[in-house]
Amino acid sequence: MSDYADGSPIVLPDDPSFGPEVQVDYPGYRSTRWRAPQRRLVTLPEEMHDVAGPVFGAETIGELDHDLTRQYDGEPLGERIIVTGRVLDEDGRPQRGVLVEVWQANAAGRYHHVVDQHPAPLDPNFAGAGRCLTDDEGRYRFVTVKPGAYPWGNHENAWRPAHIHFSVFGRQFLQRLVTQMYFPGDPLFPYDPIFTSVRDPRSRELLVARLDMGLTKPEWALGFEWDIVLGRDGNGTTPMENR
Amino acid sequence: MTLPRTASQTVGPYYEIGLCRRPDNELAARDVAGAFELSGRLFDGEGAPIVDGMIEAWDAVGRRWGRSGTDGDGRFSFWLTKPDAQDGRAPRLDVYVFARGLLRHQLTRVYFPDEAEANGADPVLSSLDDAERATLTAEQDDGSLRFDIRMQGEQATVFFEH
Repeated sequence: MSDYADGSPIVLPDDPSFGPEVQVDYPGYRSTRWRAPQRRLVTLPEEMHDVAGPVFGAETIGELDHDLTRQYDGEPLGERIIVTGRVLDEDGRPQRGVLVEVWQANAAGRYHHVVDQHPAPLDPNFAGAGRCLTDDEGRYRFVTVKPGAYPWGNHENAWRPAHIHFSVFGRQFLQRLVTQMYFPGDPLFPYDPIFTSVRDPRSRELLVARLDMGLTKPEWALGFEWDIVLGRDGNGTTPMENR
Repeated sequence: MTLPRTASQTVGPYYEIGLCRRPDNELAARDVAGAFELSGRLFDGEGAPIVDGMIEAWDAVGRRWGRSGTDGDGRFSFWLTKPDAQDGRAPRLDVYVFARGLLRHQLTRVYFPDEAEANGADPVLSSLDDAERATLTAEQDDGSLRFDIRMQGEQATVFFEH
């Protein structure tokens, strides 16, 4: 599958029938071609929905792991931001004490990773990784800097909109989610095949955080709110107290 | 009221920064009696190793979890003791595969080659044909177990809906 003659990415039209699912073989994102499974997926017994997932204890989290701006002696460059929200299941139940891990580029759009050779500066005060456990309301909270957009090789003149990678565990094994959070109003959205691989425009919108002036701390940091909704916390056949 | 679920996005090529900061690949310590290495390689549809993949393994019965990135040969590795069986099911690991180019993680399973009887009676394995079952069964490899994962092709690994 080649790109259009002018080098713009393949973007398929909206298709709300996908709902929250990505199109795993989305042709605009070239790396899917040899990696997305092509055979039918096999259905597992219903009991898999009640298989609990791993639990990570407080001892796995360092005191400053949630604050990406305080992991070195100096402060990273960039716009300081607070990113917070709740991890819920689709029935609205808060997922308490679950592990949330994040990673991101620095403010210049460069990852602290050997494979990233984008000629933007590394920041000696920014590794770009954090982790925390959700609290009793299912809430996570990170302090970081706003990541920059960066180029990638998917098609000519391809740029990723600014995003933060999120890895989230629910209480059930099948609730596992890895996704990306975006920032409101990013003009790169229509050109990004990873974003548009979510074919339902309403589901795409849900990947975008909301600026919240209530969370924003005067003279210090902008606040962004972003809730994460996982699949159902069990299939409803197991009494709550046993979970 | 049901809330709309958050869509999946790829882990991308730089997941290691956030997800592999510490070694997490021991479901059992290497020096525990009966501990062995389970390793394998992750391949794409052209037969090339996927060098930026990540595997998570979960023993749901013993509640043991591990994570391994893939190296320059597409190789991942875990240390474990064999999971216990439960409720007439064969011993197994539930395995998630993540990679650049995978917009959503994929779910597969590892079953064990020295459990012929339990594997034969397992309802999930029994629902598959011989070739499919073979993709889910690790192979003996000189005291270790080998479990390769193929995303596509004739010998593609069986993946499950999730």
